[in-house]
Parts: sequence; structure tokens; C-alpha cells
Amino acid sequence: MAAVLAMVARGCGGVWRRLRQRCAVRPGSGPFPRGERAVACNARGGMMSAGKSGLTPWIPVVGLEIHAQISSNSKLFSGSQVQFAAPPNSLVSFFDASLPGTLPVLNRRCVEAAVMTGLALNCHINKKSLFDRKHYFYADLPAGYQITQQRVPIAVNGSLSYSLCIDNKMSQMVTKTVRIKQIQLEQDSGKSLHDDARSQTLVDLNRAGVGLMELVMEPDMCCGEEAAAAVRELQLILQTLGSSQAVMAEGQLRVDANVSVHHPGEPYGVRTEVKNINSIRFLAKAVDYEIQRQIEELGNGGTISNETRAFDSKLGCTVPMRDKEGKQDYRFMPEPNLPPLILYDAKSLPANMNHQQVINIDWIRERLPDLPSVKREKLVEQYGILPEHSFTLLVWQQDQNCNSRHSNEDGLPEFFENVVKQTQMKPKKVIGWILNDLLSYLKQHSLTVKESPVSSFLLADLLNLLEKKEISSTAAKQVMAIKAGNQKVLNKLIGLVQKKTQGRSNPVLVKQLLEKKLSE
Amino acid sequence: MRVLSLGRWLRAGRVPPREPASRPSGHRHSGHRPQGPPQELPQGPSQVPPQKVSVEVLEHLEHLALVDFRDSEGVERLQKAIQFADQLHEVNTDGVEPMDSVLEDRCLYLREDDVTEGNCTKELLENARETVEEYFVAPPGNIPLVKLEGQKTFLQGSK
Repeated sequence: MAAVLAMVARGCGGVWRRLRQRCAVRPGSGPFPRGERAVACNARGGMMSAGKSGLTPWIPVVGLEIHAQISSNSKLFSGSQVQFAAPPNSLVSFFDASLPGTLPVLNRRCVEAAVMTGLALNCHINKKSLFDRKHYFYADLPAGYQITQQRVPIAVNGSLSYSLCIDNKMSQMVTKTVRIKQIQLEQDSGKSLHDDARSQTLVDLNRAGVGLMELVMEPDMCCGEEAAAAVRELQLILQTLGSSQAVMAEGQLRVDANVSVHHPGEPYGVRTEVKNINSIRFLAKAVDYEIQRQIEELGNGGTISNETRAFDSKLGCTVPMRDKEGKQDYRFMPEPNLPPLILYDAKSLPANMNHQQVINIDWIRERLPDLPSVKREKLVEQYGILPEHSFTLLVWQQDQNCNSRHSNEDGLPEFFENVVKQTQMKPKKVIGWILNDLLSYLKQHSLTVKESPVSSFLLADLLNLLEKKEISSTAAKQVMAIKAGNQKVLNKLIGLVQKKTQGRSNPVLVKQLLEKKLSE
Repeated sequence: MRVLSLGRWLRAGRVPPREPASRPSGHRHSGHRPQGPPQELPQGPSQVPPQKVSVEVLEHLEHLALVDFRDSEGVERLQKAIQFADQLHEVNTDGVEPMDSVLEDRCLYLREDDVTEGNCTKELLENARETVEEYFVAPPGNIPLVKLEGQKTFLQGSK
């Protein structure tokens, strides 16, 4: 059994060990050294054993189902507002509350968001797509069904490329691809607050009816790290397009993972579904834990049941949530109140139609912004920086967007470009200053690029001095430190002044003068 | 059929399966008919012997639709309804594309993304028998099957 646990995989070695220690469910006996990263995952998700005891290796298979909340003013089928954290039931129309006599009216912006996303993910856009009803009972689904696109969704057969670093130091990156099976438009449900003490559920329908894009991925991934990297890239793409703000903490991006394991050459194993994953970090943990759990279970002669499990972030484990013994039967039926959704392109554009009623796929395609991968390539090409540096520039931008609700602030890439414009120093050297010095100061003081005390102008100036060899590299770092508010360095500077003036200067005055100078 | 009568299957000791914080996953299959005995082509509405619907199918239907057939009359009505619908089998539909909707040649109207509704909390809550601070109140939903006993949270464990 221990040997079965001896799985070595690129990017997963350390994680496996850490998981076992953290979870404390079964004491770890993993024999591989911490941090060792060996054999790469093969194309179809192969995690091969280190060949410890000759036991057949396990291949994990991971597929994701992602729900992204569409960034729009109003809901998918009604005119009530979309807003996070509003007084309960204040953003609810009669349709959202499913009062009799109300009908769905499709929001144009939501369709455009789905088309943009489909195009960005290389999907085929279905010019005719259909709406269906998916029936199930739950307190926050007042209608008893959800309007979705099960039969013929708006986009199919796409792909998402993402980058993974082979080792901890980010010095080598690989590109992987996961296929997108389909993207469909659907309604979100309301929110339930469980009051176990009084044995009741409180229901808030503010979220009921908000537009969602459900992205179904093929099971092309093999571990938590891949899943996390894919979701990060998707988040970046959605934010760049503006189709979703994709902030996981606010429930704008929800990920469910389908996990199974099998021996090479054998058919896929029974899969479990893991829900209640609230961050990208937890996604990686949940997936890896579930893979390990399944391997151990099967190694012990047990079986995996096709169940839904919840990830418990406190314990770092998955727990059973709802068994599918009576397989969920959603009784899909066509939505009788909505005709098929027809999209057009330049060729098929009807001549006489009101253009507000027409969605032109080609028009949308022409207006797609540069995707992150394109932005990265441009930075590499234009400035000769390394791909992994380009990656970090944009990832930092993404983290900023996730932590704040302002998605249009000038970010690190722009800062970098501004510095390059104003300095003679080569971009390849500038990037080091941005990623190592500036970034670490910003992180230390939890600042955004906009809030940086060191402006691009200032940094460029500093780097110019450095280039002209008027100051040393250490001095430049110190200046940056002081500017970023490092008190210790300031005191050191005061000390130096004291030395130079042989103790005749007034330290308080010196400090004031220095601080004044620095704030210029 | 009577609707929303939970008595029978509650007595059978089953609980509606639901999860607390997220949605049931999508099953990528189209709606299926309950697995009854193979249906033969009926000769006409009055000539076919009534189809027997199995107990499993009945329970499954009750569970899905939250209906209660309650007695033999209810079950008989169901059987008659199935028989009635089976007349559709008389038509040969080989090679014919199914119709999605009678609206299929209509235009799907697209609405502009403006906020035009909402802000009627008071009116909506008037419909509810019970409310708590502007929330609707419902019976408790499903919770994880295993509440791991004896597992302390980080805070509890660190005392």
C-alpha cells in the first residue's frame, strides 16, 4: 500500500507529501524526498509510479466543470440587477421569484459574453442553440427547474492552453492544453443560508436568475497543479474579455472537479465529483487529496462509488455529500417559452432586421481584445524578456484584479513598459528590477501597482543613474527600499549623514530633510 | 395526480437528497422515460390492455416529481395517461427531425442589458407564510452525510 502511495509526478511530488502530513488521515510513508520533481505527466495525464515495488501504477484523470458568472448589469432572463452583497431579496423580479404568469426574456449582453468566451477558447459557435429545462427541487430554485442549454449549447469543441512550470524556480515552462467540450448559458440559483440550530434554511433570491456560462472540460488533466494552472489561465482570459470578473471569493467562478483513477491500458475508473471548492489553492488540494484517497481505497481492495463529495477546507479532505444511488434524473425538456437562439455572421446577416436584434459573430470576433497568451508573446518579442518573466508580469496583474474590484487599473505590464520607455537600461535588465525588487516591496506592504511609492518615472531615473554607473546596484536597491518605506534603511542613511558630518548634524533635522527629499 | 403530498415516501424513510452550498451536477444525458415493460404498438385507445407500471417506476416518479399516487385510482390514471400518449407510436417518424418547439420559426427577442426591475422585497415577502429578516424560510436542505465526529476545528484544537 505504501508503494502504491509512492507516486512521483511532475509538480506533484512535494504536494503529495505535504497533503499526507496535513490531512493526518493516514500517516504518510511516502519515500520520495520532498521537493523532488521527476517524470513529466504524459500527454493524456499519466502519473507514473517511481517503480518502487513493481505494483501497477495508477493514472489519475481530472475533468473540470466551471461556472462563470457573466458580468452584466441585469440578469439572464429578467431586468433585475446583478450585484454582489445587496439587501436580501432586493434584486429580485417577479420572474426570478417564479411567480405565475412571468416569462423569460433573453439578455443580449449575456449572449455576447458567451460568444466572446467561446471565440477566445477556440470553440465552434453554434449558430442555432436551444434552451432546456433541468428539473430538480431545492429551496433556492423557486421554479423547480433551471433554464439551461443541455442539448445544443452555444459553443462546442474548444481548447484552453495554459502554462505550467516544471520546477519551483519558474525557470522552465511547459504549455499544456485541455479540450473544452462545451459552453452553455444557464441561470444561477438563489442562495441558501442553513440555520441548523432552528432547523431551517433562509433563502435569498438576489442571485437567482443571474447569467452563468458553464464550461465543461474534457478530462485531460492529471493532477491538482494542472487543474489550478488551467483555472488561473481561464480566469485571466475571462477578465481580459470582460465576460466575467471571475473572482472565486465572490462566487463569480465556481469549479467542480471530476476525479477518477485507472491502471494504464484499462478503461477509466468510477469518478467522483468534488464540490465546494472556494479557491484555486483549494482546488489543487482537493483534487490531489481525492486522487490519493481513491488510490488508497482501491489499493485496500475497496471500491469507489459514483458519488458527490464536498471539500472540507479546514480538514483538507473530501467528505461524502450526496450519493447518486438513485441517479439524478433531471427530466430535461425543451424550454417551451423560448425559440431557438439564432446567431449570424457576416455572410448570413439578414438585410432587413433591426440590428439590435442581431448578434454577429464576426463583428464580435473582430473586437476581441488581445488574449493573455498573445500579450505575453508580444512582451517577449518586443522586449526580449524571458517567457516566464512575461508570465509573472501578467499573473501579478491577475492577482491584483482578484483582490480588488477594480479591473481596469494600470498594472505591472504597463508599469514595466513605462519604465522601459524612460530609461536607457535594456528591458532584459529592467525586468529584473520590476520582478525582484519592486514586486517584493509591493507584496511586503500589500500595495497595488497604482499605490506604488516608486513611480515608473522615478524607477527609470534610478536605473539611468545605475546605467551611467553614477550609483552602485546596492545603492539603487537601498533607495528603492527607502522609497518603499523601509525605516531601517532610512535610519542607516541618517547614520551615514552623521558620519559624514562627523556628528555635527542634528539627526531630527536630517531625518526631516531626507523625508522631504524622498517624498518629492 | 395529487401534487406535493410527501407522506408516502417520507414514511418509506427516504430523505430528499440535496446539497447545501452548490448545485447538483449536470448529467450529460437527455431526459429518459421510466423503464417500464417494453411498450407494444397499441391498436387503438380502447383495445390495448392497460400497461402495468412497476412499483419501482412509481416510487421513482413520486420521488422525482414530488407527487403521491396514494391509491390504486391514482395509479390507474397514470396508466391511462401513458396509454393515451402511446398513440404517438402509431406514427412512423423514421428520418424525421424532431421539432424543438412550436416557436421554432419565431424570432428570439433580445433585451438590452438595462436594470428595469427589482426592489420589490416587501411585495415578494408578502407571499411567504414565514420570513426571517427579509429572507424566505424553507425546511433544512441536505447536509454532508458524515459529520466527522470528534474532529476539532483548528481553533478548538489549539486551545
